[in-house]
Amino acid sequence: MSFSWTRVKALLVKELHDYRRNRFVVVFAMTMLPLIFITAPTVQLLTAPAVVSSSKLDARIGLALLYMLLIPATVPSTLAAYSVIGEREQGTLEPILSTPIRREEFLIGKALAVAMPTLVVAYAIFGIFLAITALFANPVIESAIFAGSHIPVQLAFTPLLAGWSIWVGIAISARSSDIRTAQQLSVFANLPPVAIVALMGFNVITPSTGLTLSLAAVLLALDALGWRAVAAMFDRERLIVGRRR
Amino acid sequence: MLEELRPTDRRAALVVEHLSKRFGDRVAFEDVSFEVGYGEVFGFLGPNGAGKTTTVRALGTLIAPTSGAASVAGIPLSAANGPAIRARISIMPESPGLYQRLTIAENLRCFAGLYELDDIPGRIERALKAVNLLDRAGDSCGSLSKGLRQRVALARALLNDPAVLFLDEPTSGLDPVATHDVHELIVSLRERGVTIFLTTHRLTEAERLCHRVAILNSTMRLLGRPDELRERLFKQSLGVRVRDPIEDPGPVFGDLPGVDGWRMSASGCYELAVSDAQIAAPALARALVDAGADILSLAESHHSLEDVYLQLIDEDVEAIRR
Repeated sequence: MSFSWTRVKALLVKELHDYRRNRFVVVFAMTMLPLIFITAPTVQLLTAPAVVSSSKLDARIGLALLYMLLIPATVPSTLAAYSVIGEREQGTLEPILSTPIRREEFLIGKALAVAMPTLVVAYAIFGIFLAITALFANPVIESAIFAGSHIPVQLAFTPLLAGWSIWVGIAISARSSDIRTAQQLSVFANLPPVAIVALMGFNVITPSTGLTLSLAAVLLALDALGWRAVAAMFDRERLIVGRRR
Repeated sequence: MLEELRPTDRRAALVVEHLSKRFGDRVAFEDVSFEVGYGEVFGFLGPNGAGKTTTVRALGTLIAPTSGAASVAGIPLSAANGPAIRARISIMPESPGLYQRLTIAENLRCFAGLYELDDIPGRIERALKAVNLLDRAGDSCGSLSKGLRQRVALARALLNDPAVLFLDEPTSGLDPVATHDVHELIVSLRERGVTIFLTTHRLTEAERLCHRVAILNSTMRLLGRPDELRERLFKQSLGVRVRDPIEDPGPVFGDLPGVDGWRMSASGCYELAVSDAQIAAPALARALVDAGADILSLAESHHSLEDVYLQLIDEDVEAIRR
């Protein structure tokens, strides 16, 4: 039996309907959290003095863009951590696993359901941030952001970080015994990439082209292998009966 | 695609041969064998922890059996055949497992997609009509009573016209009215020729709904039609109530044709074990009249499936004690 995108779509549509009616997702993860992340970087740039040294300018821009990357790094982890254990706790996992769905289809459906709103929110927030910068920021800052490699890096790293965050969250969700533990663990598991980006943002690690490309390549490889690794960890029997064979 | 795997075993809807499942040292069920024919309603009875749900999960490819073999809807039970088997069956678990924030129609649409069904609106309509919920399709599942949720779960299980429908304790926790509704739905499915594997510990439910029943208590204890099981475990008997106790019942009952023995029950009735009630009953009436007893009632005693069940479970408890 081959991989079916019809089943992935059925699961994806169900998840999106569910999100739409989930107050936590709509209000907190998709509205409050992004608002928090856009306020700080905007203030950072709008309050920058007209004359500033190049290193200080880089630090301000780095910090502002770091906030932007925190959205794909943190928002999906909360949703992904809920994906499997949440189904189990509300008693819907057994009915859904009783259908012909394969574990790979289940995992891809869950991952896409987290990735889609995350990317929409992350890119929308970044778009708003760029618009505010273009309209209200000091021309020096504006040109530094628009002329440099910041925008392509931001666009590329957003899905890469989200991918990492989603697979880690789902992996933890598939092996956890309760939602709260899964969400806390997934936040911790997302600290390494956030830390690296933060070190680059503060110029502790110099963000050379080579380093940026290497980091992107590592994240891309992890994302590509992520679903296979999570599929291997997804034990239908353990999830149903709560114990190993 | 699902259609790649065709049923190879058309003998019966379910063929189970020496199937066992262990979780480490703990035996869930062991050496279970039975067959369920197409169109049959098969009751799977047993106390809590007997292995009923685990058997359903094993046959539904949710968990792997430790040993033994089976074919489900004509397809050999194996992990590789899991998706193909699951496409041909439906499992309604004890808990309905509905998405509370979604409407009834959205819940069913999701599952119709997971089964890759065609004509999804038509199938949803037919399934909801079967459980009398067509006018509630837009209701949120979170707003439904437990009985209605159970009906939605049943509609969900009917979406793919399953070759075998597994109902795991479908009336557990329901009030008498909701239980009656679910029973009526099962009766209508039985009349439509749907093969049903019903696990329950409600014996009247099994007696009313099932063509055959099996009693499981980790191992298979008994299998057959409810009346067969009663005959197998209990001798025919007659129950007699008289106005006043007979002074010396031994000579009255002792020499009657077809009577193998007698005892007085706690309620003051006489119970006579008989080999043939047709011969023994008239002779007993005459003997009682001759003895001057005023007969209040004389009837053949009927043992329920519950008596059969309790007898078996008592035997198991005794065996464990020994």
